[in-house]
Amino acid sequence: MSLMLLAQQPDEVQRVVDTVTTGEAVAFWILGPLALAGALGMLFARNAVHSALWLVLTMLSLGVLYMVQQAPFLGFVQIIVYTGAIMMLFLFVLMLVGRDSSDSVVEVLRGQRLAAAVIGVGFAGIVVASVARALTDVEPVGLAAQNTQNGGNVANIGEALFTDYLFPFELTSALLITAAVGAMVLAFTSRTGKDAKKTQRQLVEERFRGDRPGSLPGPGVFATANSVATPALLPDGSVAAESLSELIETTAKETLDDDVAEVSGTGHQPDAHALKGESS
Amino acid sequence: MSTAELLADDPLWLIIVKVVAIFAFLVVMTLFMINWERKVVARMQQRPGPNRVGPNGWLQSLADGLKLAFKEDIRPVLADKWVFFLAPVISTIPAFVAFSVIPIGGEVSIFGERTALQLVDLPVGVLVVLACSSLGVYGIVLSGWASGSPYPLLGALRSAAQVISYEIAMGLSIVAVVMHSHSLSTSDIVDAQSSGWYFYLLPVSFLIYVCSMVGETNRAPFDLPEAESELVGGFHTEYSSLKFALFFLAEYVNMVTVSALATTLFLGGWRFPFVGDDHLLNSGWFGLLWFVLKTLAFLFLFIWLRGTLPRLRYDQFMRLGWKFLVPIALVWFVAVAFARYLRQEWETAGGLDTSTALIVIGAFLAVVLVIAFLLPDKREPHDPDAVPVTGGGYPVPPLDLKVPKAPPRRQVRVAELPGAENQTQEPAAVPAASHKEASDGRV
Repeated sequence: MSLMLLAQQPDEVQRVVDTVTTGEAVAFWILGPLALAGALGMLFARNAVHSALWLVLTMLSLGVLYMVQQAPFLGFVQIIVYTGAIMMLFLFVLMLVGRDSSDSVVEVLRGQRLAAAVIGVGFAGIVVASVARALTDVEPVGLAAQNTQNGGNVANIGEALFTDYLFPFELTSALLITAAVGAMVLAFTSRTGKDAKKTQRQLVEERFRGDRPGSLPGPGVFATANSVATPALLPDGSVAAESLSELIETTAKETLDDDVAEVSGTGHQPDAHALKGESS
Repeated sequence: MSTAELLADDPLWLIIVKVVAIFAFLVVMTLFMINWERKVVARMQQRPGPNRVGPNGWLQSLADGLKLAFKEDIRPVLADKWVFFLAPVISTIPAFVAFSVIPIGGEVSIFGERTALQLVDLPVGVLVVLACSSLGVYGIVLSGWASGSPYPLLGALRSAAQVISYEIAMGLSIVAVVMHSHSLSTSDIVDAQSSGWYFYLLPVSFLIYVCSMVGETNRAPFDLPEAESELVGGFHTEYSSLKFALFFLAEYVNMVTVSALATTLFLGGWRFPFVGDDHLLNSGWFGLLWFVLKTLAFLFLFIWLRGTLPRLRYDQFMRLGWKFLVPIALVWFVAVAFARYLRQEWETAGGLDTSTALIVIGAFLAVVLVIAFLLPDKREPHDPDAVPVTGGGYPVPPLDLKVPKAPPRRQVRVAELPGAENQTQEPAAVPAASHKEASDGRV
């Protein structure tokens, strides 16, 4: 990589306009197929994270291509912003969704794949045709001359961005800020009002205002039983009423019969065939 | 002759020599750092530290590295085969690549070839380091995901959030440096500091950079991705053998890289302080010496922090990054830009003399003070039925709290020994106490 980076020092040579140097050609024929492979891999990978990784490969190849074509700033910003930040967010979401969620093979919309393929190929054809038509007659100027003026590549981009393209630049940032504010509004939980989460301090004060500052007695889970329904006993041997769970006490005994049978070992036992998968 | 021009005519053999030298430097620094860290932390904790392998124990980390290489390489059943293999590689390579733009010395002659002690000098050198650190996160995130177990996944998510957040603060702190030096190229930044180092010209940037570099490398007190007490080992829990060694290597190489970048950006790079550029101390290979010494100072800071500070809680850590470092970095960068603009205006207008400048600053401060005095104090609203608190702020129970009466004690039946009828139950406490004392004395 360092060799390639060395080769594109701005003031090294004044390149002739429409010849492609050997280094550039070699770089293109390595990076182009890599980028294409990444794109195809992204489409055909079954696993969502693998798919994202293939896309990372494409983006990296594009970034290095920019660097080879004398736009080092653009190349590194491509890597930092797209590969480093945006794809990382994608990965983040994919990981939170779960690692085993792969594509569903059940087709929900009839004929969706066929339509997608036809429209996709058609769109690609239109884009390639129009771009090719627009670009075949253009004579490439190259950045070599531009990069030596006015303090180089970065300074030129900065100047263009903050003079000629100031308005689009500001518009883009306004768009991004709107998106960020929208996300915050959606994720916002109120700190005041009815459904506010109480702070630790409020909870403590509430508890001290009530009639019981201490904690409720726990259930009597001792050596005799490991059921949470076992009540705690007071020192005189009586049952501590506060240790009983309301939920358990109000449940009819009959609904728990199965559990009781299972714990006591009198319930349904798996037969030996169950291990072989021949369920009766 | 600028550094870029010096480097442009490097022959191929020299480039290869430099690549190998940088690789060797980073690996040796890693081995040295592990040992140094253990020794310094041991000294801080009043114990000897490693002292068995080699002279004074200095070969301990080499022995550990060899041992790691010969350990069994285990891949968990649930692991994703390729990603599990790829993750340590992805985290190691960018760590090494980032070092290629660091200027580790001035102009020297190697076998008759004039060159600078730097591999490449790009017009966007600082961005290379940032890009490499953002690629390094992939190694951590993918290792956590590919391991197929919950602790590594949690560690990976923490780490990704942490590195991305602190990268923002780091980038913002670098902006002021770039504004002062008019360049993103690392060697130009070093050259721009020949008149004054940026750590005192831009102190806020320096402090923010130092905080965020510790966060960026996942080191204590910000080592939440591998918090031993919470996540076993964090993202590398499931890794063993050479793959684990690669993560270890990447972590230490990253530390060396951010320290070297801190040296480059804020401590004048390879320059010796107080003397001019043409002084003997700034010539030839001396630069390498000063550079290594300054980098070692930062690495010592890493060890010192680890030996001193407890680990932060995750929400406190995120609050520090987003609500403290990022806003301060933003305000500081706007302030620096404004100050530069004002200076430029003054210089074109013929300049203000010192007394006028002092009067302007004094008037500004006076206005700020008056406003501060005029603002009414924020009173704590008095709540008549507030819960009474102790001096420490803890609520106390109400004075009229009804303590339930103790229930009568049950008589515990004691087995009666034959011949013990004359003993009463009540005075049993006294002989028991004396017996206890006697037994205490015996033991």
